[in-house]
Order: sequence, then structure tokens, then C-alpha cells
Amino acid sequence: MTLTAETDAIPTRFAGYRAVLASRMRSQRSYRSNFVIDLASSGLVGLIELAEVWLLFHQVTVLGGLNFTQVLLVFGLADMCYSIADMVVGHCDTLPKYIREGTLDVFYLRPQPLLLQLMTSDISLRRLTRAGIGLTSLVIALCINDIHWSVAHVALLVLTIVCAIAIFSAMYIWAAGVQFFLIQGAEFTNAFVYGGRYAATQPAAVWSLPLKGLFGFVFPMALAAYVPALRLLDLPGPAGMPNWLAWCTPVAAVWMWGFALIMWRFGVRHYQGGGG
Amino acid sequence: MVDYIIETDGLTREFTRRGKGRETLRKTTLRAVDELRLLVGPGESVGYIGANGAGKSTTIKMLVGILVPTSGTVRTCGIDPHRERRRLAAQVGVVFGQRSQLWWDLPVRESFDILAAIHQLPGAAARSRSTELIEQLELTEFLATPVRQLSLGQRMRAEVAAALLHRPRLVILDEPTIGLDVLSKQRLREFLITERREHGTTLLLTTHDMGDIERLCERVLVVDHGRAVYDGSLDGLARAAGAERTLVLDFADATPDLTGIPHTTHLGSEVAGARQRLAFDSEMTTAATVLAAVGERAQLRDLSIEEPDIEDVVRRIYRASR
Repeated sequence: MTLTAETDAIPTRFAGYRAVLASRMRSQRSYRSNFVIDLASSGLVGLIELAEVWLLFHQVTVLGGLNFTQVLLVFGLADMCYSIADMVVGHCDTLPKYIREGTLDVFYLRPQPLLLQLMTSDISLRRLTRAGIGLTSLVIALCINDIHWSVAHVALLVLTIVCAIAIFSAMYIWAAGVQFFLIQGAEFTNAFVYGGRYAATQPAAVWSLPLKGLFGFVFPMALAAYVPALRLLDLPGPAGMPNWLAWCTPVAAVWMWGFALIMWRFGVRHYQGGGG
Repeated sequence: MVDYIIETDGLTREFTRRGKGRETLRKTTLRAVDELRLLVGPGESVGYIGANGAGKSTTIKMLVGILVPTSGTVRTCGIDPHRERRRLAAQVGVVFGQRSQLWWDLPVRESFDILAAIHQLPGAAARSRSTELIEQLELTEFLATPVRQLSLGQRMRAEVAAALLHRPRLVILDEPTIGLDVLSKQRLREFLITERREHGTTLLLTTHDMGDIERLCERVLVVDHGRAVYDGSLDGLARAAGAERTLVLDFADATPDLTGIPHTTHLGSEVAGARQRLAFDSEMTTAATVLAAVGERAQLRDLSIEEPDIEDVVRRIYRASR
């Protein structure tokens, strides 16, 4: 396949990113059996996560004021959005490998922003199955729960999905920024990235106070699924998380991206030695 | 005023290292590049040599905007590399001998296509340039081969093509011939000579292979501990180091040691003096004068002249400057 088509047009500035991503997808699918195994194992992980929630409800009927079908809505929203973010930018946590192998230095030689190059340098198609489990959970939960659908409900759902993907993506970006100056920093950041994902799939009402502070406001995981889900179900929120907060997911997304870009910038400055 | 391709003044880069364990608070500062002043004009070809850790890679990283200088100024192609890295990227091509800019799982051809898209090269320009590079670097036979299956020599040639696809004005090569077989080295050098002649490309290369310098560079810069200790022609380097040429003399019979000939040093004798080695200073005397003096003492059967080994020259320069 020749990407420089039979015209003499100058490629758009997106052509480079598109070409890299297309090549990544082709190469992942080119080993068919390998790809199928990857898809299956990733789907299995999603199923196990789901089974965990389901098993929990064999012991209790209500968790944090929600029953199983209601928790399924929180789980579906959070897990689908997280899996999509993981698929698109999950490779950013391998930044130390990029540094070690000199790939990052090669990024410097191309006329594109570093972070965009890193984000578009790979894509993990195998995570599609896990996102599929999340989507299935979400659709089932939306059908069996008693939701009084209105335009506002639909708008909130769409807004939440977009913002939640942005929030989870930003978690990967700030974690990557930190890898520049922490040796073995992944141990530290994983606690927040994966811990955050786990927290987001749970009703925030069951969290302890420090956890509420951390994943309610610092890394606003509660806003990625739980709070919007309450609003969709027309349920009152726990203390400190009023119902209208559901519309604040864009604020959370902007805050997380602001934080992520600052951390990235710090990291790059450190790498170049230009002072923090 | 000349528009320099590389222009640095007082360029300095320090690294701070923290101690390990209990020493974590103790910082040591290491000066990798020390007040480097370097002016390279368009079309020049400069060999940048020095021992490992002399500051070559650090300089290159500052020239392309990967590292920010601790102090001093640097302009590459008239651009501040740190502030306008992306604009500079269109004008500079870099080959790092140790790291790849190709996609290891893709055929060479596809890597070129992606790079053309990244550099936003117009279709016709990208096609004609890649055809030219494929021809001159003889890449045709392995264009469809994934990069991971290439031999080192093939990969290096593909790397060079990838770095030159966007017709950079300045090409920086960091150890381009390391580990290559003789034939691959020769091909690569011939290509670079042609590229320079046809496009007026400026070359800066670091190498441990003095053959690269001799074939490709008319100017040599020697660095030691981040400082430039020599900047000039290759011949001048040998003179500055006081490096001497060596005459290897074969005699018909065993001959007493040839000591005391003016401006020469007797280096040693073999086969009871039937072969002797004399170093002479080409500034002070000529080979003919030395031979005449030798001829008075013994029957000369054969001779050869050994050029100074340039690694040795660098060592001498280091000694002289310290």
C-alpha cells in the first residue's frame, strides 16, 4: 500500500498520525491466531471483573445504596470508558521502554508534538473485547433499570461517556509524565491508574473518607460513572455528592487533562534538563 | 555574513548526579560539554571525534533540541533547536547508529511512506526522492522485507535513507558505520560523498572509524572532556599532534641499528637488523633525505611508509592539551 497517493497534494498534518496508527492496526491483525488469543484473553479479563461484581451480590443485596442492576450500570459505564482509554493510550505507560530504546529521541526528530506522537504511536486493538464486555453490561443495565428517558438523560449519557474516556486517558498521560523523573515510577502510578479504574466501577458511597477525597475530587473517578449513573436512575447522591454534580464531568475531564499536561510538561523538562 | 548551519558559542551542558543510598543528598556535577564554540558553514563536512564520554552525543542532542544547554547559545540551520524543534526537524536528518527510526515490524518501503506522511512531503517529491535513495543506497532487494529481518548493513542503509527522505540541509550521523562489514561501509561512504556533491548537504559525523573521517571529512573537530582541543584539517591534525611517519626498511643483510640519522627515531629492529623501523618528522626532513642517509650505511632492498594511525593522533592531541 502506498500512502503517498497518486496526487502531488501535500499530506495534511493528520496524515502522519493516521499512517502510524493504520500500520499498528495492520501489524496486530497480521498474525491472526495471535490476535484472536489476545482478543480472547482481554475479553476474559473483562468477564472476570464483571464476575467479581456479580459474586459480591451473592453476599449482599445492596451495595452503597444500589442493587445489582444499578451497580451494573456504574460498572458498565466505567469499564467501557476505561477500556477504550486503555486501548487508545494505554501504551503510554511503557514510556520508560521508549526512553531506554531511544524511541523518544527519534520522536524529537519529527515535526510533530511529542505527546501526540507518543499517544498515536500504538493502539491496542485486543482491548476491543474488554470494551465490548463493558458495552454489553452498560446496554443491559440501561434496559433493565427503570430509567425515565428524556432528552436530558440521553445528553447526560453521551456527555458522560465522552468525558469519562477523557478522564481515564488523562490518568495515563500524567502517569507517563511522572515516569520521566521516577525510576520504577510505574509501581507508583499504577496504584492510581488501576486503583482509579477499580474505584470508578464501585459506588462511591462505600468508599472510606480518604478514598472519597482522592477518587472523588483529586482524581475525580466518582464523576466518571457513579454520580452520572445516580442521576440517570433519579437517585439521591450520598453526602458531599449532590445530584447536579452529574453535569460536572466536563469540569472533571478538563481538570484531569490540565493536571496531565502539567505533569507531562514537567517530565519533558526534566528529560531535556531545562529545569522544572 | 555567512549563514552558518551550525553555530554554537560557549555551549555548555552539565549533568547532576545524585549519589546512591545514603549518599542521595550528595550531588556531583559533571560537565559533558564545556564552552564549545563551533561554526559550520553550508556544505562543510565535519568529523567529530573523541573518546567515549567526551561529549559528542550530548552535543548532538543539543543541536537537534533533545537536550537544553545549561548555558551558551546554539543555532542549527539558523533555528533555536529547543524553541522551534518542529520547524528544525524539517531541515535536519539524524542517523543514530544505536537506535532505529524505522518500524521494526514493517517493510522498509512502508516505513518510508509513513515518514513521508509525517514530514508532509508532497506525493511527487516523496516518490522521486525515495526512488533516488533506493537506487543510490541499493535498497531494492529488501524493500519488502520487514526491518527486523534485515542484516545490520542493510538496516543502516535503510536508516540513512529514512533520515534523508525529507532532503535535510544538515545530516548528522552518530556512529553510522559501527559494526558494519567492509562492503557496507564502503557503500555508505560512497553514497554520502555523492549526496554531498549533488545536494550540497552539510555533514556532521561522529565515529570511531578513522576510515570514515579520511574518506568523508575535510575538517576534524576533536573533543576531550567536553572541550574542543583541535579544529582544523585532517593533515593539520597529524601535524599538530606531532605524529611521525614511519619508514619500514628491508635490507639485504643484517644491519646495525640505524641510530643518529637527523630528525629520525629508531623504533626497532627485526631479523637481526634486516628489517628496521624509522620514524621521521615530515616537517623537518623528507623521506628522500632519510633514505639517502640510510643508503650510505647499508644496502636497501625494499621499503614502505606507514601513515600515522589517527586514533594514536587523537591520543597524542589529548596528551598535549592536558
